[in-house]
Amino acid sequence: MSQTPAELTRVQELIYELTIAQVMTRSVTTVTPDCTIRDLKELLRTKRISGVPVMQDGVMVGMISIENVIRALEYGELDATVGAKMTREVQSVRADDTVVSAVNLFARLGFGRFPVVDADGNLVGILTQGDIVRGLLRQMEVQWHAEEIQRYRASHIFEDIESDQTGLILRYFVKPQDFMHGGEASSKLKRALERLGAHPRIVRRVAVATYEAETNVMIHSHGGEIIAEVRPQRMRLTVVDTGPGIENIEKAMQPGYSTAPDWIRELGFGAGMGLNNIKACADEMKLNSEVGVGTRLELTFSLQ
Amino acid sequence: MTVHDIISALGLEVVAGADGLDKPITGGYASDLLSCVMAKASAGNAWITLQSHVNVVAVASLLNLACVIITEGMRPDDEMVERANENGIPTLLTPHSTYRVVGELVRLGISG
Repeated sequence: MSQTPAELTRVQELIYELTIAQVMTRSVTTVTPDCTIRDLKELLRTKRISGVPVMQDGVMVGMISIENVIRALEYGELDATVGAKMTREVQSVRADDTVVSAVNLFARLGFGRFPVVDADGNLVGILTQGDIVRGLLRQMEVQWHAEEIQRYRASHIFEDIESDQTGLILRYFVKPQDFMHGGEASSKLKRALERLGAHPRIVRRVAVATYEAETNVMIHSHGGEIIAEVRPQRMRLTVVDTGPGIENIEKAMQPGYSTAPDWIRELGFGAGMGLNNIKACADEMKLNSEVGVGTRLELTFSLQ
Repeated sequence: MTVHDIISALGLEVVAGADGLDKPITGGYASDLLSCVMAKASAGNAWITLQSHVNVVAVASLLNLACVIITEGMRPDDEMVERANENGIPTLLTPHSTYRVVGELVRLGISG
């Protein structure tokens, strides 16, 4: 079976996130050192497993596996005890370690299974490569379902709630000169619209317009907010700030006109394109500003 | 052609967003003005720029760009690396100029 790179990458991420405790088998079959290889053979066969930890008085003293059984068969030693044939130097893994550390050990040592111990060295589980694969598949399914459910819930808001007119109001606050968080409001709004099931082409237009408005508020104003009112057919975006206001709106609308200082231009802002980009993306645009009071931008987008 | 393919072809250094290297590249766009990129770059584009701060990640993720290639040996700050990892935006570095990188991408069959 071929895997796509996307699946592989997700798996690579997961082996770093998941702990061994999350994927291991918790109910561990064990034997005592006085068990015979003959009995062990039956145990492995009926339980369909290939190796077990050897326990004595609650302490793990070794590991014994199908390979030991095969060797015993070869030499006619089926009546020997597990204690005589087991591997005494046991390589165990910690339950709170990440799966990736176990993957590396499997690759390096070639063992079929590792006993899993807690911080005090008590046996708490057993880990095979099969456990890892099952754990990863389960986790991928869980995450996929979680996203599906969120998408489903979001896209059904408008159907599930009855009113004469249902709208969803999303407010985002924009701080002045906060370049570290520039674009965050736009990103959040974009994700919300995606979840609500808006068409990707419309999401892009809203995202571009919101980003330009957000950076304008961030660069030029004393702070403001973005209010998105989402309805089934259309959405209205209102961006307001508390000043200083635009002196000449006609000039501000000219492509290439900018009042941004040099240091802001050096960051790649202030190209004098923002308002033009907004106009190109929105279905309707209304810009009002009063010097010393503030600026109010109203945009509408058809969501059809 | 994926992000991974251009990394090996151009010898780029990956500093962030390593989990997005399998994204296909649909074309390219080069500019250092964020508003130009906002207006013109398409989803899946490789963006070549010498800007190297968090707002680059914001633009790239809003437009669903395939990757950002930072030229002229500029190195992104820690915040940008962190944000690029969060948003899964492959961030690739090269000591070469934007002009040269664009030329090499065109030769690989990636057009504007």
